[in-house]
Amino acid sequence: MKREYLKLDRVQGALIELSKVHSVGYGEIAQIEDRLGNSMVGRVIKIDGDNVVVQVFGPTMGISVDNTKVSFQGKAFEIPLSKKILGRTFNGIGDPIDGGGDIYSEKLYNINGRPINPVSREYPRNFIQTGISSIDGLTTLIRGQKLPIFSGAGLPHNELAAQIVRQAKIQSKDGDSNFSIVFAAIGVKHDEAFYFEDAFRKAGVQEKVVMYINYADDPIMERITAPKCALAAAEYLAYEENQHVLVIMTDITSYGEALREVSSLREEVPSRKGYPGYLYSDLASLYERAGMIHGINGSVTLIPILTMPNDDITHPIPDLTGYITEGQVVLERSLDQKGIYPPINVLPSLSRLMKDGIGEGFTREDHPEVSNQLFSSYSKVQEVRALAQIVGEEDLSEKDKYYMKFGDAFEGRFVTQSLNENRDIEDTLDLAWELLKILPREELDRLNPELIAKYMG
Amino acid sequence: MINGPVILGKNMTGFKMREMVTVGEKKLIGEIIAIDGDQGTVQVYEETEGLRRGEQIVSTGKPLSLKLGPGMIGNMFDGIQRPLKKIKEDHGSFIPEGIGLISLDEEKLWEVEFQVEEGDYVKQGQIFGTIQESPLITHRLLIPVGVEGKVTFRAVPGEYNINKVLLKILDLKGEEHEVKMYQEWPVRLQRPVAERLQIDKLLITGQRVLDIFFPIAKGGTAAIPGGFGTGKTMTQHQLAKWSDADIIVYVGCGERGNEMTEVLEDFPELIDPKSNRPIMERTVLIANTSNMPVAAREASIYTGITMAEYFRDMGYNVAIMADSTSRWAEALREISGRLEEMPAEEGYPAYLPSRLAQFYERAGYVKTLQGDTGSITVIGAVSPAGGDFSEPVTENTKRFVNVFLGLDRELAYSRHYPAINWLNSYSGYSEMIKRYYEKELGESIEDIRKKMLNLLFEESKLLEIVLLVGEDVLPDDQRLILEIARVLKIGFLQQNAFHKDDTYVPLRKQIDMLKTIELLYDRGLQSVKKGIPISVVRNIELYEDIIKMKYTITNDDIEKIQGLNARINEFYNQLESEYSA
Repeated sequence: MKREYLKLDRVQGALIELSKVHSVGYGEIAQIEDRLGNSMVGRVIKIDGDNVVVQVFGPTMGISVDNTKVSFQGKAFEIPLSKKILGRTFNGIGDPIDGGGDIYSEKLYNINGRPINPVSREYPRNFIQTGISSIDGLTTLIRGQKLPIFSGAGLPHNELAAQIVRQAKIQSKDGDSNFSIVFAAIGVKHDEAFYFEDAFRKAGVQEKVVMYINYADDPIMERITAPKCALAAAEYLAYEENQHVLVIMTDITSYGEALREVSSLREEVPSRKGYPGYLYSDLASLYERAGMIHGINGSVTLIPILTMPNDDITHPIPDLTGYITEGQVVLERSLDQKGIYPPINVLPSLSRLMKDGIGEGFTREDHPEVSNQLFSSYSKVQEVRALAQIVGEEDLSEKDKYYMKFGDAFEGRFVTQSLNENRDIEDTLDLAWELLKILPREELDRLNPELIAKYMG
Repeated sequence: MINGPVILGKNMTGFKMREMVTVGEKKLIGEIIAIDGDQGTVQVYEETEGLRRGEQIVSTGKPLSLKLGPGMIGNMFDGIQRPLKKIKEDHGSFIPEGIGLISLDEEKLWEVEFQVEEGDYVKQGQIFGTIQESPLITHRLLIPVGVEGKVTFRAVPGEYNINKVLLKILDLKGEEHEVKMYQEWPVRLQRPVAERLQIDKLLITGQRVLDIFFPIAKGGTAAIPGGFGTGKTMTQHQLAKWSDADIIVYVGCGERGNEMTEVLEDFPELIDPKSNRPIMERTVLIANTSNMPVAAREASIYTGITMAEYFRDMGYNVAIMADSTSRWAEALREISGRLEEMPAEEGYPAYLPSRLAQFYERAGYVKTLQGDTGSITVIGAVSPAGGDFSEPVTENTKRFVNVFLGLDRELAYSRHYPAINWLNSYSGYSEMIKRYYEKELGESIEDIRKKMLNLLFEESKLLEIVLLVGEDVLPDDQRLILEIARVLKIGFLQQNAFHKDDTYVPLRKQIDMLKTIELLYDRGLQSVKKGIPISVVRNIELYEDIIKMKYTITNDDIEKIQGLNARINEFYNQLESEYSA
């Protein structure tokens, strides 16, 4: 028989504390019922003697220290998963919110998962074509990669993510039935969630999508569980149902803020900007769940989206994210203001896995050197532009004028593409060569002369 | 109390500080980190979810130790020496908790040869036998520290597993010691040496910017700080692949799982230029990826360095790469926070500097107990928050290392790799190993090294002027500096890790390349001083060929560089005669 505890010691924010608790496990799930009979779920986050701290998912409004029933379930946070989750929408703790019935499954899955043994991992090498030149050409996405989009408030990251969902060739060559999309919305506005639903529908993939949505006005605690439920679902689909899963998460900044809120409630020692010292480990426990496993045909590719507070890339959340993920796609406000879509600043953007997934046998032989040359030349453009600000464009040397021209063409033709434009990798690379022709031949120091001869004639 | 990886137990008066314990029904591995009255604080190396109040903490009677013996080379372990391949075989692709304490393979048979006879008198640290652990590494069996006496029993040479008693030694007190193939050693304790020796040998890495400009010495310490995406891990991998240490211990501490997988896939296929064997045969890997339990991350660094010390005691030159020490420091911070200790800077505990010092001081060039020499070179990556080098981990690391290789975001953005910033990096070893170059190359590199570094410093000053007024207004000799610095940066400092010849460059070729660039500068300067305009002095074709010499001149055909030098001389001789006429 489960014991019920009827007296709390303390209620503060989303934490409740109770004492004289008998046997309870760390991380165990608690069922809480207030005096009106509203029930909530919580999780044990600290045990100190017979004193227990429970973090409550859902509003703690109406909870009083007396007459609140708390019982412990004797198990960790688990959700049922089956193939029936495809096409469904859940809240941050895995309950359906689309009016459909509950999910029944013989097996329950711990939302925290377990670390993949590095020995079991398969190194990701398969190129995913997104049809977006600046990503395919310069920050190539690889199946099984975790590649975040660093954005800012008001920048078109949702449009970009939706375009990737529409165009990305995640499926393997032998058929398109074995892919799915898991979408986790963490503290998003209702219209943002609606935008994505609409985008999935327009892309004709709504039957392949599982959504875990925590709206901005939903309980903070559920922000912490929403991405974990989503990743448990993604792992289930990838490793048990052999699907290639693309996980999109937005907005990681809200997740970090929720962690900070809980941490401060628990009176923990803060590190940078008030975020808890374990922010890195905690973010890693999300991001590291992307990957591929030897002998299993499925994969988890993760695209988290985060808005950099004040567009500051050194803010703890983008900073720690960058240290864990395998690169980043950085959106830049000044490009957006110039009307460039997608406003990807390629210089700070990076894909760590592209080196092993491009070139001969993957994309095209010239890809590595072309991308290197574009990076190097475009970074030179920045220097020349800085100079032009001071001396004026007319007084630039002949060579520098070519760079100015190249810079404009690169942004205007290579980076810019319309929302529905789906460029093949061949087209992307051919376009790159066309742009490189603007520069004097001797400036192309990253390119092999043989390649120049072949592609420039 | 249970709070993440930190738990507090009662009635623990019999427990010792730093003792290894098992916790609860699942027998999670933990270590005592504080004792207060009858309360003991345990740091648990596995996930504590599901642990209940009232579960037992059981003493093992010994500190957190490693089994040091054959079976480490070519293997991958977690932070407390549990073999990940074995965990995969037993538990599948995901790592569960409660695996228990496993380490070296106890079934594998090793062919043992002896170097002592019954009746011999042996001392601690002495080599008593050998095992061919991998085609590259002979595992020298050592008499354990603290054991000395007469050999009363010796097994016959043959194949045994690690639990076989190989020797029995009767010491002077009349006590008998059994010696096996392995010995246990507490990870937090330094292994003893006979004495420390003066550092005087270069760790050849085949990386131009390091070997020539910022050399790392065998037995030295180096730190590689850099923001994300600047290539710390790439640089560490390059060092693990190509440096001329006998054994590499690579600790992936709180980093990405795929990076460790990459090492596992790549290293068996890469061939060591010295021995022509796969470099995996000299590598030990330790992996505590960022999503594995945080307390084991704290231990992984010590596990790595203890293994390194064991190989050093056999007389090997060992290099240990720790990627990244910041994650280790953060693990310290996390545990310290859970213990509610008073924080110092940015939440890090006040003992951060002393822990860092203890770690880096385990490096060194030493005379081992058996009288041979051995060394440990420590190369630690640092991941400063926000890429800011003034944060506590970078700042404190700087105090305890001799080589500082600052990685630069701007360089990385323009894909200048390795993105080592020559303006803020330094090496304290260039003086110490001066003689080493003279011996190896038959010439001093001091002058040319200083000259080229000066040229780069000069360039950075000139670039500031250029940013304000443009390049055209500079006098020709200064424009020449800019041109030569460009050749130096692209043709020498940038090194392509994916190019078969450029990924590792022999010392001879490095210095010859640099001398060619020097010649190009000297002859150019001479011409400029004679009033020949820079536009002609800078011959595009000649410059491009020099920049590309790293690709066009292969490592086994270094002589061809002389041809380039001849071309430079010929070109400028002709140019000067044209202009003087």
